[in-house]
Amino acid sequence: MAHDTHLLTLAGTSLLVLLTLALWFAYVLGVRAQRRRRKTWHCWRTVSFSLGCGLLVAAFSPFMVEWGHADLRGHMAQHLLLGMFAPIAMMLGSPGTLLLRSVPAVTARRITEFAGSVPVRCLSHPVTALMLNVGALYILYLTPLYQLSFSEPVLHVWLHLHFVLAGYLFSWSIAGPDPAPHRPGMWLRLIVLFVAIAAHAVLGKLMYAYGFPRDAGHDLAEIEAAAQLMYYGGDLAELLLAVVFFATWYRRRKLAGSSSDGGQQTADPG
Amino acid sequence: MSKHPVDARGSLIATSFFGIGLMAAIDEIVFHQILAWHHFFDRSTQTVGLISDGLLHSAELLMLAAGFYLFVQLSSRRAVSRLHAWAGLFLGAGGFQLFDGIVDHKILRLHQVRYVDNLLLYDLAWNAFGALLLAIGFMIWRTARSSPASLQGGR
Repeated sequence: MAHDTHLLTLAGTSLLVLLTLALWFAYVLGVRAQRRRRKTWHCWRTVSFSLGCGLLVAAFSPFMVEWGHADLRGHMAQHLLLGMFAPIAMMLGSPGTLLLRSVPAVTARRITEFAGSVPVRCLSHPVTALMLNVGALYILYLTPLYQLSFSEPVLHVWLHLHFVLAGYLFSWSIAGPDPAPHRPGMWLRLIVLFVAIAAHAVLGKLMYAYGFPRDAGHDLAEIEAAAQLMYYGGDLAELLLAVVFFATWYRRRKLAGSSSDGGQQTADPG
Repeated sequence: MSKHPVDARGSLIATSFFGIGLMAAIDEIVFHQILAWHHFFDRSTQTVGLISDGLLHSAELLMLAAGFYLFVQLSSRRAVSRLHAWAGLFLGAGGFQLFDGIVDHKILRLHQVRYVDNLLLYDLAWNAFGALLLAIGFMIWRTARSSPASLQGGR
């Protein structure tokens, strides 16, 4: 039975790898089309998006899946890659802007309208993103959900997908370069980022202090090492996100100061 | 137009943010990781202490990022006043060291400097070092304010 669930998990993660590769391929095709139309697309965006996709593939690789199964440290490394580093790198590639530029104008307008609708705005609000991202981590590690994810392959795969999606949503809602006219102000985003970093650090220490996740076959030394990996690795990712956030803020203020030089931040229609 | 105006106040703020974050990072790397004098978590800290620790940690990280970014911006505009920048770095680092020594260690009791009998000596050394850094920062700041040279020495 254990063998079967393991195979199912591997199959599920392979599917996620294929999805990632398809996404990357679509992105590269989009960039090529931009080039052919003589539109500028900064090279570092492509590099960043590719790096993010590469990190996802690495985290979904059979080696990492095995390590994540056997060892909490491996699971934590996966969590850091999937939920923090890869989403930040992908978000910096502005795939949303590329999408809006690549599709016909009517479709682009429809997408923008959809993104501006109330449910989507609620979903992409920084506070919601924070709940989905860090809140889910609390539920995962402090309840038996973590243990359950090893006997239920569907849950396991879905969990990894959730890491990626929630991580992307969060980093995008804080510092995403894509046009987002309905995004809340910078101070609120700074506060949410502050709470997120603190909550992540506190969770790391809670796990270390009280030996969470419990009853999942990890001894205390392993949990301690994994919690420290989570704490310091998370710091690095959050530092990165914070620098991007301050860069966005600064650029906005500069634009607001000299509104003559157009909307670099607001829209990228052509 | 070719002259770049020096932003003294901006320099001071940017590096004092950076100094705070830097001192926190040094504390974590040297005392937690290398010397292991005090620990990641010492098993006597209360949950409230743990949460306040997380909030402090978050503030440090954001300050490090903000300071880093502000400084990069200033130097790309060539608006860094060098003396003010050094003053800010020392003030930030010393201020944090003293804050850590008094508020974190003594008031919140997050952890102690080292778990030995003669703790007072360690506490004194810790806080004296913070005060020394602060004093150096103030001295550089006074020099910076009185010397007009600092207003053009930017790079």
